[in-house]
Amino acid sequence: MDRNPQLNKNGELQHLLSIEGLPREVIERVLATADSFVGVTEREVKKVPLLRGKSVFNLFFEPSTRTRTTFEIAAKRLSADVINLNIAASSQSKGESLLDTIANLSAMQADIYVVRHASSGAPFLIARHVKPHEHVINAGDGRHAHPTQGLLDLYTLRHYKKDFTQLTVAIVGDVLHSRVARSLIHGLTTLGTPEVRVIGPQTLMPSGVEALGVHVYRDMREGLKGCDAVVMLRLQNERMRGALLPSAQEFFKHFGLTADKLALAKPDVIVMHPGPMNRGVEIDSSVADGPHSVILPQVTFGIAVRMAVMSMVGGASA
Amino acid sequence: MSLRIINARLIDPASGRDAAGDILIDKGRIAALDAEARAARAERSLDAGGLVVAPGVIDLAARLREPGEEYKATLESEMEAAVAGGVTSLACPPDTDPPLDEPGLIDMLRRRARAFARARLYPVGALTVKLQGETLTEMAELAESGCVAFSQANVPLQDTQMLWRALQYAVSFGFPVWLRPAEPWLSRGGVAHDGEVATRLGLPGVPSFAETIAICTILEIVRATGARVHLCRLSTEGAVAMVRAAKREGLPVTCDVSAHHLHLCDVDLGYFDSQCRLDPPLRAQRDRDALSAGVSDGTIDCVCSDHTPVDEDAKHQPFAEAAPGATGLELLLPLMLRWGSLNKRPLAQTLARITCDPARILGVRSGRLELGAPGDLVVFDPDASDRIVPESLKSQGKNTPFLGYELPGRVRATIVAGKVVYERE
Repeated sequence: MDRNPQLNKNGELQHLLSIEGLPREVIERVLATADSFVGVTEREVKKVPLLRGKSVFNLFFEPSTRTRTTFEIAAKRLSADVINLNIAASSQSKGESLLDTIANLSAMQADIYVVRHASSGAPFLIARHVKPHEHVINAGDGRHAHPTQGLLDLYTLRHYKKDFTQLTVAIVGDVLHSRVARSLIHGLTTLGTPEVRVIGPQTLMPSGVEALGVHVYRDMREGLKGCDAVVMLRLQNERMRGALLPSAQEFFKHFGLTADKLALAKPDVIVMHPGPMNRGVEIDSSVADGPHSVILPQVTFGIAVRMAVMSMVGGASA
Repeated sequence: MSLRIINARLIDPASGRDAAGDILIDKGRIAALDAEARAARAERSLDAGGLVVAPGVIDLAARLREPGEEYKATLESEMEAAVAGGVTSLACPPDTDPPLDEPGLIDMLRRRARAFARARLYPVGALTVKLQGETLTEMAELAESGCVAFSQANVPLQDTQMLWRALQYAVSFGFPVWLRPAEPWLSRGGVAHDGEVATRLGLPGVPSFAETIAICTILEIVRATGARVHLCRLSTEGAVAMVRAAKREGLPVTCDVSAHHLHLCDVDLGYFDSQCRLDPPLRAQRDRDALSAGVSDGTIDCVCSDHTPVDEDAKHQPFAEAAPGATGLELLLPLMLRWGSLNKRPLAQTLARITCDPARILGVRSGRLELGAPGDLVVFDPDASDRIVPESLKSQGKNTPFLGYELPGRVRATIVAGKVVYERE
């Protein structure tokens, strides 16, 4: 098997493709670097010159407004030039291959590619074919990974809970299709979280998910008991009614987060969600807007974490 | 034209013979062995000191991509690849474009193969028209044109009534049917073995029971009809156990596995290596071990290359979008030698799975060293090994998970009907 393709020969972050396989020290360095950028985002002049003169290409082969925007803000606060390419609507529909697209952009002197793609593993393919001074950041690939989301989730948990080695974290809902869940699970287990739970019906659990180091709960009330944090996953519209689930209503009744279910967790539990939320499907409005919710701080931290990742890969030598 | 090979290590897997000897081929057939061969006069004589001489390799599944997909490979390139790999006979599945469902296509294919005069070609005809699973093909006509069996290739029949009728029709003429067991609904959309690795990589999975449920269905229809069925490309532990039980019961069932599945498992996908995108998918390590045990004890009758040349662009894709398949004609013998040495099997037994055993399934006399049998031989150096690099492959497809591997067994000569069709110093 290849060497971990995201680290260079000095063990520095060359690309960010997945949290899986990242050494603990690298994750901790990202979180520590993000600390220093949280201050920047609160300043009046929200800019540092770390990536001045560098070009960040946002390559979104799958539509996304929120993630693309946060990457754009993060890159601009690092003084980089940002080019947004909505490829779903351009060259790919004309039959150009993924690697041809990359070769063309490379000729335009890109430094960092931020890639969102519907197919698991696509950023790995790109990373294998870019030049040594070019860097790839995975902004979500299929069901596989969404490492910056995972890192911002870790940042949020650390901010509110400090010590990962004392935590019980539950991840609820559509784990099967969730790159967010996979990335967070790898991050939590790498940082020594003793109890990571996944909660949902078997139709939304991938086979052998236990091998990732999690405990599976079918009963949400059982699974929430004693939790320090609850991470709700987004349920895609097209999956609410069909072979996986009979209806959004039945899902909400059994796996939606309501105040009475949340009362089973620890009194100081925090509630997270990667967004965008389906109120009344996976989460009740009273919880989403309630005192335990840290969903909006997650968004703020997300910018600092993405600045940290970009500055680290942009600063890594080939 | 007569050819004599002397001082060989002569291996006949059918009889278990593995001893020094000589062999004479005359008029395309094996004419004499040992002392008689040594004393004979021949137009050409080869000294095979230090080399193994065995029946030529018989591969039950090699896609030549003709007709219709010549941008992936051509009959000419793949026939060169076959003999470079010591393959003297090969069966080609019907999933060409158009599929092999008409006698005219079979005639053309066989005529072109004869013109190249390399390996012998045994076409497998389509079981249903265009492989669409709606209308039976004219199997009797196709058999007259030279089809040795009938198959749906990798396109499983969804309609079990159609499967029942097809087996009834085939058994009426005594034609064997080759089936890839894959339950189409359960296989739908899957690109990797449904298990820990697919879960980790976020790839949609094909569960093992997609294969075992299909075998269960096929075996029930075999029981009812008495049809002779060859199960292609087993990939799961459960499948091996089911075939073992079916054979014990006396059902007319045989099966094969691809050489890839004897060596690799889902862990080899690594970081989305599209060379490991195969159909059926590479499964878990315990499946690989069960397949290997099945080849050892004969539950699995033979090993094939499942040769599937794919153009480079089709592999330079995200894993799920990459075309499935790997090139394998030139690697079948080396991969079997590697399997034999890893599993400490005698060379004669290892070679049986790619010579006399597939010959039995094809119903041909080749694959053995006996007087009167076709003079198809491979001469190879069992102690030499080669590193697999794209440039060393004659096949137009350079797609293989074994690139960079050092594999044992260097083919020095390949002989078909007494004619040397490939030679390497």
